[in-house]
Amino acid sequence: MQYIPNTEADCRAMLDAVGVRSSEELFADIPSKLRLKRGLNLAPPLSETGLQRHMRGLADKNADVDRYASFLGAGAYNHFIPAAVSHLVFRSEFYTAYTPYQPELSQGTLQAIYEYQTLICQLTGMEVANASMYDGSSALAEAILMAHRINGRREVVLPRSVHPEYRSVCRTYVSTLGLQLHEAPYTDQGATDLKTVRAAISNRTSAVVVQSPNFFGVLESLDELAEVAHRAGALLIVTVAEPVSFGIVRSPGESGADIVVGEGQPFGNHLNFGGPYLGFFASKDAYLRNMPGRLVGQTTDKVGRPGYVLTLATREQHIRREKATSNICTNEGLCALAATVHLSLLGRVGLRELALLNLRKTAYAKAAISALRGCELRFTGPTFNELVVRVKRGTPAQVNRALLAKRIIGGLELGRFYPELSDCLLICVTEQNSREEIDALSKTMGSGR
Amino acid sequence: MTEEVQRSGDVEEGVGTPGLIFNEPLLFDQGSKGRVGCTLPECDVPELKPERLLPKKLLRQDIPGFPELSEVEVVRHFTRLSQHNYGVDLGFYPLGSCTMKYNPKINEEVWRLPGFSRAHPYQPQSLIQGALELMYELEALLAEISGMDRVSLQPAAGAQGEILGMMLIRAYLESQGRPRKRVLVPDSSHGTNPASAAICGYQCVQIKSGPRGRIESQAVADAMDEDVAAIMITNPNTLGLFEDQIAEIAKIVHAKGGQVYCDGANLNAIIGISRPGDMGVDVLHFNMHKTFAVPHGGGGPGAGPVGLKAHLAPFMPIPVVEKKGKRFVLNEDLPSSVGKVRAFYGNFAALVRAYAYIRSLGPSGLRRVAEVAVLNANYIMSRLKDTYHLPYDKFCKHECVFSDARQAPHGIQTLDIAKRLMDYGFHPPTIYFPLIVRGAMMIEPTETETKETLDQFIAAMKRIAEEAERDPELLRSAPHKTKVSRLDEVKAARQPNLRWRGKGSRLP
Amino acid sequence: MVPEGLYYTKAHEWVKVEGDRGQIGITDFAQSQLGDIVFAELPQVGRSLRQMEPFGVVESVKAVSDLYCPLTGDVLEVNSSLESHPEQINADPYGGGWIIAVKIADPNELKNLMTADEYRAFLAAEDH
Repeated sequence: MQYIPNTEADCRAMLDAVGVRSSEELFADIPSKLRLKRGLNLAPPLSETGLQRHMRGLADKNADVDRYASFLGAGAYNHFIPAAVSHLVFRSEFYTAYTPYQPELSQGTLQAIYEYQTLICQLTGMEVANASMYDGSSALAEAILMAHRINGRREVVLPRSVHPEYRSVCRTYVSTLGLQLHEAPYTDQGATDLKTVRAAISNRTSAVVVQSPNFFGVLESLDELAEVAHRAGALLIVTVAEPVSFGIVRSPGESGADIVVGEGQPFGNHLNFGGPYLGFFASKDAYLRNMPGRLVGQTTDKVGRPGYVLTLATREQHIRREKATSNICTNEGLCALAATVHLSLLGRVGLRELALLNLRKTAYAKAAISALRGCELRFTGPTFNELVVRVKRGTPAQVNRALLAKRIIGGLELGRFYPELSDCLLICVTEQNSREEIDALSKTMGSGR
Repeated sequence: MTEEVQRSGDVEEGVGTPGLIFNEPLLFDQGSKGRVGCTLPECDVPELKPERLLPKKLLRQDIPGFPELSEVEVVRHFTRLSQHNYGVDLGFYPLGSCTMKYNPKINEEVWRLPGFSRAHPYQPQSLIQGALELMYELEALLAEISGMDRVSLQPAAGAQGEILGMMLIRAYLESQGRPRKRVLVPDSSHGTNPASAAICGYQCVQIKSGPRGRIESQAVADAMDEDVAAIMITNPNTLGLFEDQIAEIAKIVHAKGGQVYCDGANLNAIIGISRPGDMGVDVLHFNMHKTFAVPHGGGGPGAGPVGLKAHLAPFMPIPVVEKKGKRFVLNEDLPSSVGKVRAFYGNFAALVRAYAYIRSLGPSGLRRVAEVAVLNANYIMSRLKDTYHLPYDKFCKHECVFSDARQAPHGIQTLDIAKRLMDYGFHPPTIYFPLIVRGAMMIEPTETETKETLDQFIAAMKRIAEEAERDPELLRSAPHKTKVSRLDEVKAARQPNLRWRGKGSRLP
Repeated sequence: MVPEGLYYTKAHEWVKVEGDRGQIGITDFAQSQLGDIVFAELPQVGRSLRQMEPFGVVESVKAVSDLYCPLTGDVLEVNSSLESHPEQINADPYGGGWIIAVKIADPNELKNLMTADEYRAFLAAEDH
């Protein structure tokens, strides 16, 4: 058995040392009625080649974004991942290590996380970032819980332009704690309706949430929302599902955000059919002790050399148990490492270029699609790399079928989440989409076949 | 010798490296203006200026302080950092409760197949049949292994599985009339248990472990009433002992209308031998990164599926994978569902590895995992129990818990023993947990270690016990052979330095 | 070290009574059990506290301890120097490491507290 090295003889010698005749005796404390009297009813073991063949067979039943042109985004983005990212992340010194509880043996993980925390602060314009969460949606739910811890208030404005799955996760997380989530509609610009937010907000409001770029790809007016929130003593939580936008769009911190969370998958992490992803979480120094999650800090060792440790752990479950700021244990370390490596490779110049490239490609697609007779742009607001297209001839499903016939995976059919947008597609254009692909997309959308 | 190496290291600081342990500055203190570490696709569309693409007030000009590095600098940086780490591939990593077993390499290959790693979660269902089939099959495998009726693959981690599990219980109890108020949690439990119960709106009541290191059914009977929603039990528990009264405990809890939650962190010890579903457990979370060999990744990501009995199935998070004829579908239509705990469907790439692991071991291999894991732990326990204090004697399951009681008279604590182990080339065990053993050292060898490795570890532990008597200072100043010596955690907490704020950065 | 003239709680706080002002801190035993204190969370001046109500926390690297108010009263003053120098609690628990002062509402409550002798006996009994 390849993963269990000890032979029968090894086991015999160990059983003798323990002083029992068989391993059966070591399980004598399990009452007989709780013992499984049969073997597990599972398929027999596969050899390595057999497993490889079986897994390839399954994988081949899926389409992937290398073999198809894809215009899907909506919280999971297809970006180019340089080869160096994979090579470094697959160093087993990183991936076979545990949470860095013993800092003397974990300086690699710890320094990389410290660098990650710095990069997230730089991108978001915030003062402190944790060592990461599961994904953008649960990070947003944790941000809402944190705002409640900070100000004790119980109402949250959660606009409909926030990713529907994020909203669903927030509802689940807060349902048992009696927090109220108030929706706010979107305007024809595709942005959160400020008037409704103003009307909904009061001294009971804990936080105003806004996603930017929002689910429709539209960039929100963060400054106005910050002002409205702060005037009522509420916090502004900004969530970002497509952080490549940070390369060209003003940071939420500059606009007055109090907590910035989001999805880090677009940096160095594969689509992975939805996970694992990387929730980032940043805030102001003032709220440090209310933050969930792991934090890495710089300090010195006994002879004064710099080193890194997990710190401020008294917020966490293993010390504060039921009074902890969260039950989270993960640092989603490997995903954070992939993001750190990718961001290091892109750097100051590359990230801006990447963001600009997405913006230009999307502008090109926008122009091409809005020139079509059978389609129109549903919203007028400024967008980053996604746009909502209303299909006037046929249905979005028909358009997608026609695209698929040309090996193009079209946009997300929005009727799934927004009944009133059932004639719309959410289309995402990244640097991975060539001009030819965009031309083929618009041509098929225009002709409907 | 060690001291000398350290001293010469100090001298070299900033000039080169002490031997082959490289000093590596932060990303932000390297590089040169204008360097980029990767190339982007050509711009094949009109190169409009940013001002024509976005309103000026939304534009960002620059990110001060952001790295400017070439590819080779980045590769060297992270390769060096990797060498500052200790992983299972390097050596023995007996962290109790964490199950640091070997991570099979084939599993690292298969999850990267483009059909898995390069598939978008919103692809049409006709284009994700392989992924759905894998999820459907994995649910069935986990259900059979655990004796549960259904499994949700959605939770991203064990801790998130706990939240989901407690939410399922709450939703079920609400459907029966009221959610109730309290949750019983043993004093030996993981800290996540009370934290998860609290997030779900429950107060925790601690149940004291009995003199055998186990929960006694009488203690549960005394605490149980109709305001108690559930008990959260880890089985085998964090002392590495099987909760042998679990069936009686489940009966007591069920008789008053409560539910039984099982923290499955230690499933590795009983897989193929005993199933939580047959013990009266209603909800259970699995840790794919423990029992099913998904790598820990330096602290994540893992995956924490939740097994449940049929009466809780209406409340499962959406979507669930179902089979209609020959096709697999995602079903969102569960009117009583608790909703979602994360976007999309779960940590799929972790699930792929776990599936591959189960398929390569099969039923006989999985049972062998438990047998050898338990034998290895008992071997360490029996070989070290004359050297270290063993608070709960007899046989253990997958891990054994010692304390520093015999070394304490020499002024040596568990922490010193742990740090000294590093000098012998081993990762220390879990220390100071469970909380009910003072100065606990919790050793979990797992089934993937050879007898020779265990013997070397045992020899190191015995040598350290001798050193504790002969030269305690050697332990108190350990480790001596690591990149850094003990770090000042008090300073880290008093003056938090959580990010680089250096040159050119406009951040405060 | 258990100074005379102070009153003590079973949660290891002390209070020094001067007229209707009660100055409050944690005992030398409490600080030594916690180890290096890295953070103190203090209440707002003016907050009304009841006897044995939690009013803040002190933290070391790996432990958290709730602080309980020995006597009912409004918070008159907090030792704000602890925000930047929590180590004063370790260095001088009965002096510079004091935590808050309250305006004592009911001197009768002192009978619920321990004298120095009683507290010493309490520590000895806990220690065995």
